[in-house]
Amino acid sequence: MSAPVPVSLLVNGEPIDGLVLPRLNLADFLRENLKLTGTHVGCEHGVCGACTVRIDGEIVRSCLMLTIQAQGTSVETIEGLSDNGEIADLQAAFRERNALQCGYCTPGMLMTAQDLLKHPSVPDRQTIREHLSGNYCRCTGYQAIVDAVEATARKRAERRA
Amino acid sequence: MKAAAFAYARATSVVNALELLAAHGDRAKVLSGGQSLMPAMNLRLLSPDILVDIGGLAELRGIAVSGRALVVGALTRHVDLLRSPEIALHAPLLRDAVAHVAHPAIRNRGTIGGSLAHADPASELPACVVALDATIVVRGPAGERRIAATEFFRGIYETALSSDELLVAVEMPVAGHDASFFFQEFARRHGDYAVVGLAARAVVAAGRFSDLRLGFFAVGDRPLLASAAGKLIDAPVTPALLAEATTALADELDPQEDQQASPAMRRHLAGVLLRRCVAALLARPELEAGATR
Ligand SMILES: Cc1cc2nc3c(=O)[nH]c(=O)nc-3n(C[C@H](O)[C@H](O)[C@H](O)COP(=O)(O)OP(=O)(O)OC[C@H]3O[C@@H](n4cnc5c(N)ncnc54)[C@H](O)[C@@H]3O)c2cc1C
Ligand code: FES
Ligand code: FES
Repeated sequence: MSAPVPVSLLVNGEPIDGLVLPRLNLADFLRENLKLTGTHVGCEHGVCGACTVRIDGEIVRSCLMLTIQAQGTSVETIEGLSDNGEIADLQAAFRERNALQCGYCTPGMLMTAQDLLKHPSVPDRQTIREHLSGNYCRCTGYQAIVDAVEATARKRAERRA
Repeated sequence: MKAAAFAYARATSVVNALELLAAHGDRAKVLSGGQSLMPAMNLRLLSPDILVDIGGLAELRGIAVSGRALVVGALTRHVDLLRSPEIALHAPLLRDAVAHVAHPAIRNRGTIGGSLAHADPASELPACVVALDATIVVRGPAGERRIAATEFFRGIYETALSSDELLVAVEMPVAGHDASFFFQEFARRHGDYAVVGLAARAVVAAGRFSDLRLGFFAVGDRPLLASAAGKLIDAPVTPALLAEATTALADELDPQEDQQASPAMRRHLAGVLLRRCVAALLARPELEAGATR
């Protein structure tokens, strides 16, 4: 019953092999086993969005996914997106606009905002709010976050033009 | 909190999943997207001995049109419904509704089969399949069963499924050229479960409803196909008739009291949605305000 099971996956491009209990969720695997503590754990039932990561290019809640369900997938965490420079402009915009205070929500916010910013069109504030609606921030009041995402979207559009 | 310990089996086929369910009975739970099951397990509301993960069964994922029927596999994800051209063409109600289901990261994992099997009375998709007169296709040890959506939902988190059965697909008639649809809900925040919602399908000819199916949700222990719709079919819709239908609707609802709303507030909001729906489908904006009492 519930013996450890082998799992193989890519994390930020690196192949990882592990032996995990079925009950170990992906957020805890990333934080405890791999020491990738940028993925935060808030509510553990899908409501706050602090644990958002990317699996095969799509954002998901890592607290609602078992590590074994990630078998054979490619997982990207905030560490991956920071180190490869993919969101350097978005991070700079967050800093400039004070879009973070305690920083607890920030990794999830950045993952979710980048998911929207990957699309070529410039989203309006309503669209930004809807896309971020599943991510709680208890500090900023959201305005500055929406500002930072909007500013990044504009800058990226200018660069493309 | 964390889920209690359990064993895990990755099903290799529908037949294999059914064998696993038959072997473990009530102690097993099917795992699809996990977006309702994992929260319940993390909160220790549920602690199954074994999870049967059907998430990898490609045979259950996909959208197809066969003749006059639209067939949606159980593992079709919310995001697939949102993006599918077939859904936009043949069941636009599902696309409109699924935009209100949770948030992008959850829609990337959650499935239609999981949503219907979970049967949360505040959930959007169960009300849609009731309004669309869909059939739920279920497979068990004795073979396939086909259940009308109106018969499938039995109570809060309760359906006609037994523990050794799998929901495999949902079938619904493709939207005819004359069909029109309405979807709206009241929620605290975009993506939250509804306080009250309405999913409707209608056929309008010469300014009258020749058909009208009203699927209300979050107004009772299961989605409700409102019989008040009958009053509006094949009749000239006046403000007085709409007021009569609104009263009849309030009488047939049995809303729950919770942190979000009282039964009286839910009855009121259901009436508002009914008037908006009728006004929108008949393209008579005056009916929305006109029937306010
Ligand atoms: C923060 C948050 C907000 C949400 N908001 C909404 C919302 O506004 N509206 C809404 O409708 N939903 C909402 N959801 C739930 C979401 O839509 C789920 O995706 C859905 O309810 C369940 O689908 P799933 O594939 O994740 O199922 P799972 O969680 O895997 O399973 C749910 C239940 O159904 C059973 N089951 C699953 N698949 C099958 C099958 N094929 N055959 C038999 N039994 C099966 C499971 O055993 C389990 O009991 C929300 C979830 C979260 C975490
Ligand atoms: S910790 Fe995963 S959503 Fe809150
Ligand atoms: S910055 Fe503190 S929760 Fe968002």
